[in-house]
Amino acid sequence: MTDSTRQPAGNMPDINQRNLDWYIDKGVQYFVFLSGISAIVLIIGIFVFVTIEGFGFLLEDFSFSEFFLSQWWEPTDEDEPTYGILALMAGTASVTGLAMLIAIPFSLGSAIYVAEFATGKTRETLKVLIELLAAIPSVVWGFIGLSIMNPLIIDVFDVPVGLNILNAGVILGLMAAPIMTSICEDALKAVPDRYREAAEAMGATRWQVIYKTVLPAAKNGLLGGVLLGVGRGFGETMAVLMATGHAINIPGSIFDSVRALTATIAAELGETAVGSPHYQALFTIGIFLFTITFIINLTADLIVRGIRKS
Amino acid sequence: MSTPEAVASQFLETDLNAKAKRNEKLFQILFGMMAGLLILPVLIILTTLVVKGSPVISLDFLLQDPTNGMTEGGIFPALIGTVWLVGVALLISVPVGVAAAIYLSEYAPDNWFTRAINLAIINLAGVPSIVHALFGVGAFVIFFGFGTSILAASATLAVMTMPVVIVATRESLQAVPPAFREACWNMGATRWQTIRRVVLPNSISGILTGVILEVSRTSGETAPVMFTGAAFFIPVLPESVFDQTMALSLHLFVVSTQVPNVPEALPYGVALVLISLVLLMNSVSIALRMYLRGKKKW
Repeated sequence: MTDSTRQPAGNMPDINQRNLDWYIDKGVQYFVFLSGISAIVLIIGIFVFVTIEGFGFLLEDFSFSEFFLSQWWEPTDEDEPTYGILALMAGTASVTGLAMLIAIPFSLGSAIYVAEFATGKTRETLKVLIELLAAIPSVVWGFIGLSIMNPLIIDVFDVPVGLNILNAGVILGLMAAPIMTSICEDALKAVPDRYREAAEAMGATRWQVIYKTVLPAAKNGLLGGVLLGVGRGFGETMAVLMATGHAINIPGSIFDSVRALTATIAAELGETAVGSPHYQALFTIGIFLFTITFIINLTADLIVRGIRKS
Repeated sequence: MSTPEAVASQFLETDLNAKAKRNEKLFQILFGMMAGLLILPVLIILTTLVVKGSPVISLDFLLQDPTNGMTEGGIFPALIGTVWLVGVALLISVPVGVAAAIYLSEYAPDNWFTRAINLAIINLAGVPSIVHALFGVGAFVIFFGFGTSILAASATLAVMTMPVVIVATRESLQAVPPAFREACWNMGATRWQTIRRVVLPNSISGILTGVILEVSRTSGETAPVMFTGAAFFIPVLPESVFDQTMALSLHLFVVSTQVPNVPEALPYGVALVLISLVLLMNSVSIALRMYLRGKKKW
């Protein structure tokens, strides 16, 4: 190699030279990579920190059968505290169940209307309204349950207490529906237009196109959206705390007051001493909640991804 | 031999056709009504909030301290507290969130690891808010020793709402056509120079809509701040990130459930201020997004 080939021609910089820009570029690459993996670090961090705080309880006072099968949640009992979350699970399940009975048909219907029937201005307006509804904070929903739904239920159904499964279920349904509608609408929009055009060319009406072509093609996306909605309802805290009545109870009818897993943590964590068995038991409920929502989200992701591959 | 009538009858509507058309109308009306029924009750509820809450709202209500065991007076400390919480949360989550989105959009290869990151983001958004609160207590309040403070509460909020920034930023970065980047690379620019000079300037407004959306989300959250930094009642304003503070969302919870003898209209007023703040921010974000979509040059 002669000197003349090493010398850059004209004012061209040496291409093999590592200048400042090269180092900045590398530095940025590492920084954005670290930020990129922060989501994974945080998810693991949430699990680790919640587990650490609840670990003492898991080692000492935890008994699988008592925790999951006893309906007595009496952590403040001085003689013999019991930590059974059966009634709390029943509370969460009944409220989430009723909410989904309301939210699933309505959000599927709305999503089909917005994605397939509505056009132009109507469509845009509906989309914006639904997005705004999804933004209402949960503490406001709780307040609505407390101050508007509560007297309404007492009047209409002639029951003594209006803070019950019905109240929380309706509130939670109204909360979850906009989110589910958005996700389901995205799933319908993801179906390629050529599917619709092919069906229309065969002489199918709009509804036949939707029923025979679009819905089967969007099936997995819709299922994923519904599951994510279930996850949201399951983990909802403030609205459920304020609208259920917060009474430990295995419900017999929708007019019974119940108490949810999430609400129990929110109501009791402030009153417990750090490190006490009660405090640790609340963190153990947290681990349980985290695990369930993780499984729900994972399943939703796998279902949606399944369709993309095929 | 076919008569003109016979030919015409081939194009007439058959019973089956008519039935299909009737079905179409039927389902269109049914689903339209469902969409209406989803929105209508909420509009009625919001109107009730406005009607019952607006008499309370005044400049004094916004600018005075709560007095007489929180049964009278205004919401000033709670309002300022929410501004603190949201501001500090943004300082944490926006740089990290935008950088994470840059990684996912500009650097990340399409492999299992990137899928794991995406899954983690979905999960971060899906973890119940009360579990985020437990994480905040365990990690920020106790482990990192922030104590119950604005810093701990904002860090918790930042972790919880970071997916909003990441998803919005990633979308607006991916909306920049690949040809823009390729043109820049061909000029000999490094990856970072391309991102800084070409990709970010073309997507900055989209990122902004995400940030505004996060402000809206963050200001309404209650459960994550309850045990990490927001207090029921503090008569003084916070002076540093290590102080506790009041928060608007928690204040609504407190005056509607924890304080006896609150006049009926007061919590309506608090709820109205909170929801106006949240919906206003959200509307700004949506309006900005629509304006940008109309203005797009490519």
